[in-house]
Amino acid sequence: MKRYSAFAIAREALRFHSGWERAWRSPAPKKRYDVIIVGAGGHGLASAYYLGKNFGITNVAVLEKGWLGGGNTGRNTTIIRSNYLQDPSAAIYEKARSLYETMSQDLNYNVMFSPRGVIMLAQTHHEVRGYQRTAYANALQGVETQFIGPDKVKELCPIISLEGPRYPVLGGLWQPRGGTARHDAVAWGYARACSDMGMDIIQQCEVTGIRKDGGKVTGVDTTKGAMDCGQLGLVVAGHSGVLAEMAGFRLPVESLALQALVSEPVKPCMDVVVMANTVHGYMSQSDKGEMVIGGGTDGFNNYTQRGSFHHIEETVRALIETFPMISRLKMLRQWGGIVDMTGDRSPILSKTPVEGVFVNCGWGTGGFKSIPGSGWGMAELMAKGHSPLTEEFSMYRFREGKFIDESVAAGVAH
Amino acid sequence: MLMLKCPYCGVMADETELSAGGEAHLKRFGPQSSAEDFEGYLFARENPKGVHVERWRHVNGCGKWFHAARCTLTLEVFGTYSAQVTAPPQDIRDAIRAKHPDWRWRDMA
Ligand SMILES: Cc1cc2nc3c(=O)[nH]c(=O)nc-3n(C[C@H](O)[C@H](O)[C@H](O)COP(=O)(O)OP(=O)(O)OC[C@H]3O[C@@H](n4cnc5c(N)ncnc54)[C@H](O)[C@@H]3O)c2cc1C
Ligand SMILES: [Zn+2]
Repeated sequence: MKRYSAFAIAREALRFHSGWERAWRSPAPKKRYDVIIVGAGGHGLASAYYLGKNFGITNVAVLEKGWLGGGNTGRNTTIIRSNYLQDPSAAIYEKARSLYETMSQDLNYNVMFSPRGVIMLAQTHHEVRGYQRTAYANALQGVETQFIGPDKVKELCPIISLEGPRYPVLGGLWQPRGGTARHDAVAWGYARACSDMGMDIIQQCEVTGIRKDGGKVTGVDTTKGAMDCGQLGLVVAGHSGVLAEMAGFRLPVESLALQALVSEPVKPCMDVVVMANTVHGYMSQSDKGEMVIGGGTDGFNNYTQRGSFHHIEETVRALIETFPMISRLKMLRQWGGIVDMTGDRSPILSKTPVEGVFVNCGWGTGGFKSIPGSGWGMAELMAKGHSPLTEEFSMYRFREGKFIDESVAAGVAH
Repeated sequence: MLMLKCPYCGVMADETELSAGGEAHLKRFGPQSSAEDFEGYLFARENPKGVHVERWRHVNGCGKWFHAARCTLTLEVFGTYSAQVTAPPQDIRDAIRAKHPDWRWRDMA
């Protein structure tokens, strides 16, 4: 692989950009792989990457039914933070956030990580107490956050209205090293690095069946033929239930639509991410100047990658209260993704009832931020059979009642 | 916009008038049941990419709960029916199977 650098840009400029090579190969599938990962979203690609990088396992294929990064990874609003309440969450999300800090150098691919800071607004007394508690928990977990008052909120984000008609801003949970990154670049950077290690990323290859022999996985059927494997990782977000059914078990996951939208580009007016969980909306400004907006999930089970318009209306209504100046903005695009929701709003990284099959799902509305940490843990889980990062996220926790309850800590999708 | 006919008041209600209540006809398991059954009842939903039978409430209307059969991939609705039954009635099953001959739902015959 030719490395990207300032020198490479100059070199290519001089020869009319004739020397750029393809970022990843598109090989024909082999008959057998040591590990097959289903789903070339961020989590699948990161899982493959760390299998190669940390454990030297490179006879790996990543199978994708559409195009890589075309699922939720390419549809999210790119908020990165790690200010969770429970210890297992803080560990995996902070691992991820810290890997984001050096990801561009590690992958030799500019993922535009921008640690501009994230504020989660406290707009009820209950929320004030909740975020103060989270700030204390984060201090113990080694995650840098701070509870700030309304004046500081206004200083960090001058376009905010502290005196909302329904809910005044009473303070906020501030994570200065949270922020955003470019979602496509995260998928592309990992894909390029995986391909460079000799892994096969096979797009337009839908897994249609899972082969087993005596309770152990032996391979998969796909639209590009059958392939054998030693281990299988299911990393398909909203389609986790479908793949689990192929493997013969059930996951505590439901698939819902989550929508987002962006406005026309405007001049820089906001250089932090603001989440308003009580009124149900969040916003940041992209480098192009668009206001990037999201809210809560739609109410019913859905695989259409489309949501209902009234949810968009609710989100926008909430944000206009919080940021009155956006009331005249025109919206450019709106879209949806299918998110995989678990009962405790925490992910599942786990062995399964089928030997050799591992699952990484349940990231729901908030798994862009966790991509590198999840890949790191998943690779360790598959290579060694256990990982301190994933231990508490087993699918069996629902049976044991050992929930990692983040639903109260995170009232809104992000 | 999704629209469902409330089988109680007869109103063709759009989604903003309704609230979704999740999978229908769950078999309930209580404190004496096994951990597996209890987990299954609380968390393991069908979540099909296809026809889903589900509960709805006509919350901004007559207030009643009812049932619907709907495809999660196309949003096609195969009918709504009373909340007072423990399985989809025959006419609803026929409507579904006319389009999806292999459709199955848990242990329903
Ligand atoms: C609108 C929206 C906003 C969001 N905002 C944020 C945010 O601000 N911050 C944040 O942290 N998270 C956010 N998220 C959540 C985040 O996007 C997801 O948790 C994350 O991207 C999931 O990544 P993934 O790799 O697990 O799934 P995906 O990126 O969805 O990848 C799964 C892949 O599996 C493929 N697949 C499915 N079935 C098969 C099959 N049978 N065979 C082969 N391939 C298959 C799919 O095509 C897909 O490409 C948001 C999500 C949405 C929808
Ligand atoms: Zn009614």
